[in-house]
Amino acid sequence: MAAGATLAVATLVAVTACGGGGGSKGGGGGGGKGAGFNAGVEKVAGPSDKKGGELKYIATQDADSWDPQRGYYGFAWDFMRYYTRTLVTPKPGPGAESRTVVPDLATDTGKMSADKKTYTFTLRPGITWEDGKPVTSQDVKYGIERTWAQDKISGGPTWVMQVLDPDKKYKGPYKDESKDKLGLAQIETPDAKTISFHLAKPNGDFLQMLAIPAAAPVRQDMDKAEKYALRPFSNGPYKFESYAPNKSLVLVRNDKWNKDSDAVRKALPDKISVKFTTNADAMDSDLIAGNYDLDLNATGMGSAGRQKALQSAKANVDNPLTGFIRYAAFPQSVAPFDNIHCRKAAILGADHTSLQTARGGPEAGGDIGTGMLPPAIQGFEKSFDPYGIAQGKADEAKAKEELKACGKPDGFKTTIAVRNNKPQEIATAESLQASLKKIGIDAQVDPYDGAQYSTVIGAPKNVKAKGYGIIVMGWGADFPSGQGYLQPVVDGRFIQESANQNYPEINDPAINKLMDDAIAETDPVKAGKIYQEANKKVMEGAYYLPFTYEKNIIWRSSRLTNVYTTDAYNGRYDYSALGVVK
Amino acid sequence: MTAPLPDTSAAGAVDVVADAPVKAIEGRSPWRIAWNRLKRDRLALAGGIVVLLLILVAVFAPLIVDLLGHPPNEYHEDQIDPLLGTPKEAWGGMNGDFLFGVEPVNGRDVFSRVVYGARVSLLVAFLAAVVAVAIGTVLGIVAGYFGGWVDTLVSRVMDALLAFPQLLFIIALVSVVPNELWGLSGSGVRMAVLIAVIGFFGWPYVGRIVRGQTLSLREREYVEAARSLGAGRTYILFRELLPNLVAPITVYATLMIPTNVLTEAALSFLGAGVKSPTSSWGQMLSKAVNTYESDPMFMVFPGLAIFVTVLAFNLFGDGVRDALDPKGSR
Repeated sequence: MAAGATLAVATLVAVTACGGGGGSKGGGGGGGKGAGFNAGVEKVAGPSDKKGGELKYIATQDADSWDPQRGYYGFAWDFMRYYTRTLVTPKPGPGAESRTVVPDLATDTGKMSADKKTYTFTLRPGITWEDGKPVTSQDVKYGIERTWAQDKISGGPTWVMQVLDPDKKYKGPYKDESKDKLGLAQIETPDAKTISFHLAKPNGDFLQMLAIPAAAPVRQDMDKAEKYALRPFSNGPYKFESYAPNKSLVLVRNDKWNKDSDAVRKALPDKISVKFTTNADAMDSDLIAGNYDLDLNATGMGSAGRQKALQSAKANVDNPLTGFIRYAAFPQSVAPFDNIHCRKAAILGADHTSLQTARGGPEAGGDIGTGMLPPAIQGFEKSFDPYGIAQGKADEAKAKEELKACGKPDGFKTTIAVRNNKPQEIATAESLQASLKKIGIDAQVDPYDGAQYSTVIGAPKNVKAKGYGIIVMGWGADFPSGQGYLQPVVDGRFIQESANQNYPEINDPAINKLMDDAIAETDPVKAGKIYQEANKKVMEGAYYLPFTYEKNIIWRSSRLTNVYTTDAYNGRYDYSALGVVK
Repeated sequence: MTAPLPDTSAAGAVDVVADAPVKAIEGRSPWRIAWNRLKRDRLALAGGIVVLLLILVAVFAPLIVDLLGHPPNEYHEDQIDPLLGTPKEAWGGMNGDFLFGVEPVNGRDVFSRVVYGARVSLLVAFLAAVVAVAIGTVLGIVAGYFGGWVDTLVSRVMDALLAFPQLLFIIALVSVVPNELWGLSGSGVRMAVLIAVIGFFGWPYVGRIVRGQTLSLREREYVEAARSLGAGRTYILFRELLPNLVAPITVYATLMIPTNVLTEAALSFLGAGVKSPTSSWGQMLSKAVNTYESDPMFMVFPGLAIFVTVLAFNLFGDGVRDALDPKGSR
């Protein structure tokens, strides 16, 4: 008791001291006050065109790769816009604005042929590499081709590859027999300024796929294959000055970049630095103290940092949607979840408010989810709530009726699989365990090595063998559309032997057809309606129990200008727009 | 009367003198002597009382929680600040209703969970010690008495086990143990595995001591006397030798329990202990790490529980050793 009292007092003092520094004085490196709670959500906080200064990122996680074709982390895609440009790119604007694409290297968003299978782009004048040479359509083609060389250029998104060459006949530029290494027939470059793409099937999200850095140009003479990530060759406003993996990364201005050729990037700071650290709590304290401007990863502050920030520096905090849904999936291969009524019983028997609290509450966790399309995606419908989830409480009576209909009136035993390195996921699993217990479902929580998830829960065989009736997971889209979000998690043709994401193993011809129809539709609003149909079918099938439409608490230092969160980058700030007051 | 007792302190001397007129000369059994020595060791006695209390708490956990707490797995999210996930009230949510406060995020009663945690901790520690003592005594006595190749074999096995990285082994083992085994399920399986494994890796410590003692005892006259009278091996081992080994075994068993408590806590901390929602101290500590800055009180009570338990057992164990073997160095 006595020992406890002293410890707590010491911590309270520390909290007040740190919070005061961050809030009132703006901390050591900060100037002035924060712009207000959520000032950077759906609007621009501190609009400015003032150049100069150093923008200081801190992060606990280095990118999987800074090679534009190999990186798959959302923050890396956002950051890559400093040194890579693509034909089109997410519109520089807050929130939903960023869901559309605007021309970047190209003069417009491309001309689509009548059969919707050919897209042709013309390159802008004045686009250059960091040595002053112009960026050509061949460079763009070569960059895109690198994705095909999966033995060397692994880990990145493969959307463009799947759309252009679904059977993967091309072997990639390193095994290319042709002299210029540009053997991919589906991309044509009649001259240095023109590039056209031939799709196997129409795809309404093709432009979104071209906006991912994996479609960025790479110059053949600068390509160092696996080692390219250590020093990517820039065609954007900044270039690498130094990079020590897991330690630091510094970008400086690329003086060959032509402001007139770029309508997207503000390029305000003179220098951009990233410090990689390992201690998340120390990082939060550093941010609040004003030593750094923002968290590059933007995965949300830890519970201690959140408390300090919300209590004493709330004006420096933004609370955007991340585009993720956190959920539980019910694999149909594991009895009794092959029976829809047992799945429904589990959905109805869950205490939704408790799950939300386990995720971190309405701010750090997000709003209670009622469907499988997140709010940041076309087709989302707030009122859609077939199981009455939004009211928050478990419906035990209905759940028991479903159990009877399932033939298990006294409940059953099952296992919840959860990553052991995600405290919030463990908390949701335990909450689910506690509320399901009340309707007679006796669930064991089985925490597995989180780093191995693609073979533990991503292998349907293993799921069945281990009897994982409930899998706690989350999913966010690569690009903000129903295809990017829904298809990997509901389309039966996406079930894989490992790294599977369709955990319930949904293979409903009606849903598959809706996905095909929606993808072929190039009008986003019409496509959104079809995705909503698919969402309804998925919820009717009771394959998923959504917990939250995830939100984050992220820190915005008082020095930052031009700050807004984007739907395109999972609620992260548009890094290419940020500036700092000196 | 006082002169022939070189090791008694001043207080002891007074005690003996005071006793003298009433029971002048009375034979006292070795256990009685030990008990008298133990009674005079205040620290050991205090440790013993705490140990007794802990055992009572573990046995009567449901009753205690009924009176003073809430069911250990009941969620009390009304006690939690939904925005921060930490207890609404200061001091980790401590109040008259929740004596030790509430767990962050889900608001479970920390008092109830600490009380129920005592069950897991003590049960695993005791039973593992029993397993270790049982195997260690039998193999140690056999090795010591028979010598030769039996001794060599048992001794090498003990060496091998002592060099084995048991913590890593248990973590690996637990991840492949199925949910249902030996008619148990969930936490029951985990506890059985912990008891079996901690006990199994603990026996060489007992075995070595028993073997050493047996080596010296087997040449004593009373053993030879028994042998020459035609006593069988089993009789000699368990009727002649074992009673004389009880003292060192008792001492070692008492000192083994706190080590087992710590091992169990460490394994639970690392996620290889009992499963949710069964509560254990190590598991509570591992959860508290996530919120050590925003809710430090959650760390205090399970930590204190481990500390008190280990300290009490150690004090008591030391006292027992001194009482049974006063010649041993303090």
